[in-house]
Amino acid sequence: MARLTGHGARRRSLAALVALLALPRRALAQPIMNPAPGIDARTINTPQGALQSILKGAEMRRGRVLLELPSVADNGHSVPMTVRVDSPMSDADHVRRIDLVSEKNPVPLMATFLLGPRMGRAEIESRVRLNGTQRVTAVAQFSDGSFWFDAAEIVVNESACLDGG
Amino acid sequence: MTARIQVQREARRGEIIEVRIVIQHPMETGFRYDSLGRQTPRNVIHRFECRYGGVEVFRASMGAGIAANPYLRFFTRATESGDIECRWVDQENASGTVSARLNVNG
Repeated sequence: MARLTGHGARRRSLAALVALLALPRRALAQPIMNPAPGIDARTINTPQGALQSILKGAEMRRGRVLLELPSVADNGHSVPMTVRVDSPMSDADHVRRIDLVSEKNPVPLMATFLLGPRMGRAEIESRVRLNGTQRVTAVAQFSDGSFWFDAAEIVVNESACLDGG
Repeated sequence: MTARIQVQREARRGEIIEVRIVIQHPMETGFRYDSLGRQTPRNVIHRFECRYGGVEVFRASMGAGIAANPYLRFFTRATESGDIECRWVDQENASGTVSARLNVNG
């Protein structure tokens, strides 16, 4: 009997040791790099935190921004994405920046684009990775400081294998 | 790093021209493991900028959410003849540059 409990205790301590060893790996799996300047690394891992760090208390309104994503993607490895903002792109009135926020990716802030009046047209196309069916938000900040956004729902049949695998 | 830039050669002054660029890069997410269970470190092109005639027109900060072999399409207004030059750097400090010449008439 005493032998058995001894075994149980050893097994438990072994399990604890394994858990302890597994911990740093888990921690490592979390994004360490801060993908954009001026963004707090502690809040970056939640979509709400990413949005808050962009808005810094300001409000965002829906409109002026058009985020184009396919409604269904076979896989999330490379999904075409276009963001178009209604702006004259003049010195007085232009888009300063566009942020792309994912709801399900391990790093919610996918990209930050810094624009200026010399671009002439506020339109950017790229290809994104998406970790599953989700809602993607594009937030644009104008030269007057106001924030406008658009969101798109996308069904991703096979997610980009961002979480291991 | 191999990259390709596509810009029209000639433009009228004031015309809005399209710049398309694709860079060959794995954009390693840092969430993948190799066959021995070791984590592949994250390595993405996190800084990208485009200058036209020496003046910055566009800049991007990218994370793991941008697909491998990043492709970007954006616009710029043709002002004067000059080079459209794109530079980027990844997290292992490997950098690259590619440029295209634009002739502006009128």
